[in-house]
Amino acid sequence: MINNKFFGRRRPEPPRPIPPGQYLEDGFPVLSAGPTPRVDTATWGFSIEIEGNTVGSWSWDALNALPQTDLHTDLHCVTKWSKLDTAWRGVTIDTLLNDAGVEVPTGFVMAHCDGGYTTNVPAADVIDGKGLLVHTYDGEPLAPEHGGPVRLLIPHLYLWKSAKWVRSLKFMDQDSPGFWERYGYHMYGDPWREQRYTGD
Amino acid sequence: MATSRSRDGGAEWQIATVSSVDDESTRVKLFTLDLPDERAKAGFFAGQYYDLRLTAPDGYQAQRSYSITSSPDDPGSIELAIELITDGEVSSYFHEFVEVGDKIELRGPIGGHFTWLPMITKPVLFIAGGSGIAPIMSMLRHHASSNSTAPALLMFSARNEPDILYKDELERMADADQNLALILTLTRGVPDDWRGESRRIDKAMVDQSISQLVGENNLPDRAYVCGGSSFVESIGNYLLDVGMGHNDVRTERFGP
Ligand SMILES: Cc1cc2nc3c(=O)[nH]c(=O)nc-3n(C[C@H](O)[C@H](O)[C@H](O)COP(=O)(O)OP(=O)(O)OC[C@H]3O[C@@H](n4cnc5c(N)ncnc54)[C@H](O)[C@@H]3O)c2cc1C
Repeated sequence: MINNKFFGRRRPEPPRPIPPGQYLEDGFPVLSAGPTPRVDTATWGFSIEIEGNTVGSWSWDALNALPQTDLHTDLHCVTKWSKLDTAWRGVTIDTLLNDAGVEVPTGFVMAHCDGGYTTNVPAADVIDGKGLLVHTYDGEPLAPEHGGPVRLLIPHLYLWKSAKWVRSLKFMDQDSPGFWERYGYHMYGDPWREQRYTGD
Repeated sequence: MATSRSRDGGAEWQIATVSSVDDESTRVKLFTLDLPDERAKAGFFAGQYYDLRLTAPDGYQAQRSYSITSSPDDPGSIELAIELITDGEVSSYFHEFVEVGDKIELRGPIGGHFTWLPMITKPVLFIAGGSGIAPIMSMLRHHASSNSTAPALLMFSARNEPDILYKDELERMADADQNLALILTLTRGVPDDWRGESRRIDKAMVDQSISQLVGENNLPDRAYVCGGSSFVESIGNYLLDVGMGHNDVRTERFGP
């Protein structure tokens, strides 16, 4: 449906295409369903569970002692903004699985966070370098409102999948909906296919 | 609870018709959109929002989210309160061009965490900054129309007195309803006869509102906080400081 008098502001023409329905944002908006939880790195820990068994757990120091990966990537939030060329540092999920000495799981994974947030993705979407635990943004410690000390980053999916304040990944056979997914957000969330809500 | 609550209108784009446009303040206009029938039947929860999509003649599109401000009692049409953002792509189109009779493409209702239902009868604290009153207005209207006995308090911050959205209606609702208290605060100067607060919402003001709502040493069961990002961030922090549970503090952030 055309809105005749609408021409749009067409902010800075993106240097490369961005997904449909998105616009470029220079800032870094904060969207969370609740307040920013208090997380202390002294007591922070992260664990991976496969089919109900904890196969690995890491303290803040242990996470930082693992091989680190730098990632430059674009971000796409379901609330319509995209942000290009963000710089992150952290540990790939591959590195964690390798450190735990387990085979790469198949099926699905649920991320669990401080504050109770959860989100689900296929296991294949966090391996092969596609998913990281990040603690550094733009050369600085990741700010609490952006998910610090540690958030998940899965930049090829809408940003709600990149769970803030992540504390564990639980791999499972069956897919099940996380926090926003239960409210009708898409189970997969591919921005290029504009999978915002159930049925997209 | 979550599953039964997702009264999400599905992903389909619908065409609504603008049936009224009113100035609510210098920067906020209210738009009533009549929904297509099948959409209306689905209803919505107070606190949900719609995605609106504008399309230019050459196909260029922009989408933004706007909260429903009307009560779910009248699902056939929804009211939106749209603040004019300087250079804002979508809000300035609505302020400059949208008239009664225009067609607007939208889909929703969307969202489920930032919702209030009349079955929640425990004390609830609402804190709004500026246009962040929008989803809370729907909740308060529903609180009134459902004769809810849930003790409720709204703390609402605006710049100047003319910026207080829905001022008359809020005062009328609070006067008529012993279960609703209202605390207004202005951050950029007050008129001579002003009886509300006159500073940004701070920890002391949050403490005061909580004791007024539930008495000293008690906490409300739920808080809804909506406004700009830094407003929500600081108030969310106060509410955690006083001991509210993370899941009992529901937030919606509208912009930077
Ligand atoms: C769930 C949800 C519900 C919302 N409900 C409402 C609502 O009920 N009423 C309402 O008016 N808005 C609401 N918003 C905000 C709305 O979606 C738009 O972001 C807002 O109208 C600005 O869009 P725009 O196209 O006019 O400006 P843009 O062209 O997107 O932005 C122009 C510039 O203004 C800045 N900006 C964007 N939003 C704001 C803001 N709120 N305050 C100050 N600066 C800003 C941007 O960073 C940008 O630099 C909601 C947002 C969300 C995520």
